[in-house]
Amino acid sequence: MSETKTAATEPVDYARAEINSALGAAEKIRFFSEMLRIRRFEQTALKYYNQGKMGGFLHLYIGQEAVALGTVSLMGKNDHVITAYRDHGHALAVGMDMKACMAELLGKATGCSRGKGGSMHYFAPDKNYWGGHGIVAGQTPLGLGLAYGVKYKGLKGCCLCFLGDGAVNQGSYHESLNLAALWKLPVIYVIENNQYSMGTSMERSSAMRNCLAERAEGYGIAWDVANGEDFYEVRAKTWNAIRRAHDESLPFVLEVDTYRYYGHSVADANAKKYRSADEIEHYKTHHDPIRLWRKRLVDEKVLTEESADEIDAAVKQEVAEAAQFALDSEDPAPETIFEDVYWEVDNQTEVGQTGRHFFGD
Amino acid sequence: MPLITYRTALNQALAEEILRDENVVIIGEEVAQYNGAYKVTEGLWERFGDKRVVDAPISEAGFIGMGIGASMLGIRPVMELMFWSFAYVAWDQIINNAGQVRYMSGGLINCPIVIRGPANGGTNVGATHSHTPENFIANTPGLKVVCPATAYDAKGLMKAAIRDNDPVCFMENTLLYGESWEVPEEEYVIPLGVADIKRAGTDVSLIAHGRAVLTALKAAEILEADHGIHAEVLDLRSIRPLDEEAVLATVRKTHRAVLVDENKPFCGVSAQIAATIQEKAFDDLDAPVQRVCTLDAPSIYSPALEPIQLPTPERVVIKALDIC
Repeated sequence: MSETKTAATEPVDYARAEINSALGAAEKIRFFSEMLRIRRFEQTALKYYNQGKMGGFLHLYIGQEAVALGTVSLMGKNDHVITAYRDHGHALAVGMDMKACMAELLGKATGCSRGKGGSMHYFAPDKNYWGGHGIVAGQTPLGLGLAYGVKYKGLKGCCLCFLGDGAVNQGSYHESLNLAALWKLPVIYVIENNQYSMGTSMERSSAMRNCLAERAEGYGIAWDVANGEDFYEVRAKTWNAIRRAHDESLPFVLEVDTYRYYGHSVADANAKKYRSADEIEHYKTHHDPIRLWRKRLVDEKVLTEESADEIDAAVKQEVAEAAQFALDSEDPAPETIFEDVYWEVDNQTEVGQTGRHFFGD
Repeated sequence: MPLITYRTALNQALAEEILRDENVVIIGEEVAQYNGAYKVTEGLWERFGDKRVVDAPISEAGFIGMGIGASMLGIRPVMELMFWSFAYVAWDQIINNAGQVRYMSGGLINCPIVIRGPANGGTNVGATHSHTPENFIANTPGLKVVCPATAYDAKGLMKAAIRDNDPVCFMENTLLYGESWEVPEEEYVIPLGVADIKRAGTDVSLIAHGRAVLTALKAAEILEADHGIHAEVLDLRSIRPLDEEAVLATVRKTHRAVLVDENKPFCGVSAQIAATIQEKAFDDLDAPVQRVCTLDAPSIYSPALEPIQLPTPERVVIKALDIC
């Protein structure tokens, strides 16, 4: 099952994979619409960022959309997902409310984290979505713990834990791989390899033989590499990992080749220096996952160009409404600074009212 | 009332909570088959099995982070650090993940996890193994920190910590594990955030936490026997939440305070206590607040010197006599 990136393999049509051949037209169109929602959401976010309406960082996922949707679209009720700071795509893919997501970017009280997390910290436990984490690879032990919890409770499920190619050299990731293999935990590490850890290319940051996922070999963990521009391939290979996790409670490392069009964050001053404009343009023209999916659906006669344009127009309208909602929302009230720190305090339990929890004035 | 050791008291608390709640699981290095590096978990693996008592490899960032992730799903892990000094390799997980995830999620998530282990100097193991990070933890809103001084408190506070729905950092002391105190056989829980007067007095308040409470008690005996000074000893028990009212009440009673603290002095727990007293009980003070901390250098190995680097009863007596 494992393969090297350099090995010449026969082209496979992943549309014929069982998990894909069962898809109906409505679902395929929904995936198109969902990927567009992520892209249009972020394009609007970028506009507001550049207008100074947002604080902090904005790590755009544009170019990588097929990865989030291809994987998350396979989740069942006991499957969980956790990711790093480039988290808008996964959040929208699990079904988080776009209005609340946009409002969070603007730091509003109506934001999904009530204005306390910002772009890097989206959460929706009701959708099995556990963030949105700002420290590179810091989420990898948490993902392991979600898998541990699923197994401890005797449930058939798994955790999809996303990380970037810049995270694979952090110790916490390697510690997690060891524990995942040692304790047979159903965690799937999805390395979204966009080739750059901030401004440092993979070649300048990671020692490897053929690819990053292959390092799993040393831990006895199965692995694979998927082409992130091919929605069907992402789904087929992720489903293979999920089945192993569900049926055998085994971990997996799936490396997905992808590309981000923008810098590490919008504040990345050198975004156009460490790679050429030609390189970026090449990806946009030939490897854009949404453009390719749209073409595929048109070829399959699931979509027409006109109906695709209509979907895009509807998505743009939805994003515009979300943006208006965010702009119209109130800033959080100052007293909320002390809310959401301790569960016991928030819930006004006896425990939460015993002793002093906050200091200062 | 039976006399039991601090170690046994903790062991009883863990066993009782494992029996009470099916989601309680103990995870750490050598906690199961080895019976615990300091024998706190002795017999628990034999009694409760692989699911409830889990040996982890030496991988603190990995397994502590794993416990935090599991706690988000409602598991209640009690994670052992062989030494709290080893927490520093898991610092991102403890501070950023356990400490901040509730806030950053706008209150959608909570982490009912206990991270426990010894945090003390005084055993000649050098600077890397002798850290007392209760001040660092207490400086992190979102985390709670508890430092029991006796077997009775250790048991009752551990049960409260495990039942708490927020992350609790529980700091024990290897020098206390073998010491015995009276502990009732019937069940009890000591709430976090409630200090305890370990000795009543009228002339000066000795305010301490953890093993420094025992240092303060010895100092109180000397003050009474040799100088006729009646010192009150207040044990904070939990640092965050803090029983600020008890601190102010004893100062208002005695009008003098000596803070005894095994932290290093700069931004140690006693610095916060001193600030609180001057701000809220200034008019009740008859003398400046005094502090006796661990001498401000990395923890020394020398068996001859380490005992005097930590707070001693003699240093407490000198500070008390300065203001009485």
